[in-house]
Amino acid sequence: MEILDKNTSNFLISVKNLKKYFPIQRGFLRKLVGYVRAVDDVTLEIEERETLGLVGESGSGKSTLGRTMIRLYDPTDGQILFKDGDKIVNLTELEGEELRKFRRNMQIIFQDPFSSLNERMTVLENVGDPLLINGLVSSKHELVDQVVETLQQVGLRKEDIRRYPHSFSGGQRQRICIARALILKPKFIVCDEPVSALDVSIQAQILNLLKDLQEQFAITYLFISHDISVVRYMADRIAVMYAGRLVEVAPRDELLTHPLHPYTEALLSAVPRTVSGRRKGRSILTGDPPDPANLPTGCVFHVRCRYAKDICKEEQPSLRSISSEHYVSCHLAENLALKGMEIYV
Amino acid sequence: MNLELTERVIEVSNLKTYFYLDIGIVKAVDGVDFSVDRGKTLGIIGESGCGKSVTVHTIMRLIQSPPGKIVDGSIKLYRLKNNELEIVEITKLDPKGKEMRDIRGKEIGMVFQEPMTAFSPMYTIGDQIIEAILTHENIDKKEARERAIEFLRRVGIPRPERTIDTYPFQLSGGMRQRAMIAMALSCYPRLLIADEPTTAVDVTVQAQILDLLQELQEDMKLAIIFITHNLAVVSEIADDIAVMYLGKIVEFGKKEEIFSHPLHPYTVALFRSIPKVEGKLERLVPIYGNVPSSYQIPEGCSFHPRCENAIRGICNVTSPDLIDVGNGHKVRCLIYQKVEV
Repeated sequence: MEILDKNTSNFLISVKNLKKYFPIQRGFLRKLVGYVRAVDDVTLEIEERETLGLVGESGSGKSTLGRTMIRLYDPTDGQILFKDGDKIVNLTELEGEELRKFRRNMQIIFQDPFSSLNERMTVLENVGDPLLINGLVSSKHELVDQVVETLQQVGLRKEDIRRYPHSFSGGQRQRICIARALILKPKFIVCDEPVSALDVSIQAQILNLLKDLQEQFAITYLFISHDISVVRYMADRIAVMYAGRLVEVAPRDELLTHPLHPYTEALLSAVPRTVSGRRKGRSILTGDPPDPANLPTGCVFHVRCRYAKDICKEEQPSLRSISSEHYVSCHLAENLALKGMEIYV
Repeated sequence: MNLELTERVIEVSNLKTYFYLDIGIVKAVDGVDFSVDRGKTLGIIGESGCGKSVTVHTIMRLIQSPPGKIVDGSIKLYRLKNNELEIVEITKLDPKGKEMRDIRGKEIGMVFQEPMTAFSPMYTIGDQIIEAILTHENIDKKEARERAIEFLRRVGIPRPERTIDTYPFQLSGGMRQRAMIAMALSCYPRLLIADEPTTAVDVTVQAQILDLLQELQEDMKLAIIFITHNLAVVSEIADDIAVMYLGKIVEFGKKEEIFSHPLHPYTVALFRSIPKVEGKLERLVPIYGNVPSSYQIPEGCSFHPRCENAIRGICNVTSPDLIDVGNGHKVRCLIYQKVEV
């Protein structure tokens, strides 16, 4: 553990050169034939009380990054620093009991509320389990009190504690999942597509709830979503991932209106719009994302990039700062005039 | 035959599909009317359980019976046979009979949400498209294969001569969906039903698929029924929009009308509850409560328990009709209807 230097930035969680490779094994002897580089050299910081939105196509490594950040996966390489009071804890060094104890600071909310609750346990058991695991309550009475309090914070009723998950609707189940994540009073929550499985009329309830809880309990979010409109509503800053790499990070409106990476431009152009209506030829991105087990040389995006030059095929760009808060990994960033979205109509 | 009728492809009126289950009757589709003309797209939007999928499955006669049953209404399919216009009443056909099987795939093509489950994993893409062509067209296998390759090329699949011999699992999600579209269009149907075709794919692929559907629609003068829960997607592709809630169309109109002047409280609430990528960032206003269980559809207007404009003694008693308020804009709400109290 390091002592916090007063000059360091105001981060809650800081990730440095994080890598998560999954081995590919073939044959009877499970011979190692290569790696899927799901997260490859990612560096980012999230400030306290901030929401960092993480966008990208499926398979880009968004979920793996989120899960590795809270040590649900063991990182292959790199550092995860977590600010705990006036100390900085290096999560990558924590093991066993120490790690288990530290987990109460970081929680996750999953996409599918139908598969992430134990159907054989009541709401009381589902939500109260983290308290028992961490030995934070001494009596049944205390357990019930805390569970009821948390349920009320997420908009459920006291009577719900005896019910089983199957008797709740999708939105209510997601509230139970949020209560379970919230009950340990974590500082950091990874929201992995928390509204993607919900009906449109229910999404707003959950998004507003997450915002209110953040305000109330000073929570920091990593908000993973493929839906730009949802991320725009939730995030302060947005990070864009492509083939396991971070290609751009910037404050929300800056990223949406003035993207600097060609992939971000393509992603934004593909977003369906309600006001401007039918626009032909929006799909400026062709081809499929690369196979993460067999990435192209140079810039991972160059094969689909319409601005690619020779240097892009040879040299891998690194994430660099263009202005104080805008980071991009593209050789040509300064020389491109990319189109963003006109968001204030 | 007048022009208006030859342009028409399908006309659905007062369609009712109920499911008779042990625990009760589910009125999945409860009096739905619409029509689609050549070259036009009807977008049906609604949340899960609103009956949008059951509506199109009824048109295809894919509803299992029992428990499902078409209780009332008609589905008129306008088709050309030997250059003569012929109107077929689909509800009267035997779902397993030859006539209905001729319509499926030949007159109406269908694209499903998840192409991985819609294709058989045991046969190549080519086998499945060729089978569809041979079922409906009087041509030999070689010609059918050529046509399949031609359609795969047309939907933008690279190297179709080789892709035709691949299995569905060898293709990416976007390519599978393109192959699905190629199969649905391989017999030149006049109507294409797309049931959430872009829900399972990424936004970048979604944009490609939407562009492709619009291109093909222009080329083939296709009529399209496009089902989705995504308002932005429907605004990009549809000419007319039908908003469904609990088995009924609650609002119908031109896309521009619906988006600029939504009238039904449900449509208005839906617009206020979804995050947008344009305009000022304002706090979302969620719709109160949940979609009621389909076994217990509320009395009167089925939206009244969630409606902030609901008037006690009226909305929970009288069931509103779909009223034309001008310009073909229809709304099912008592606010727009003169009611005697």
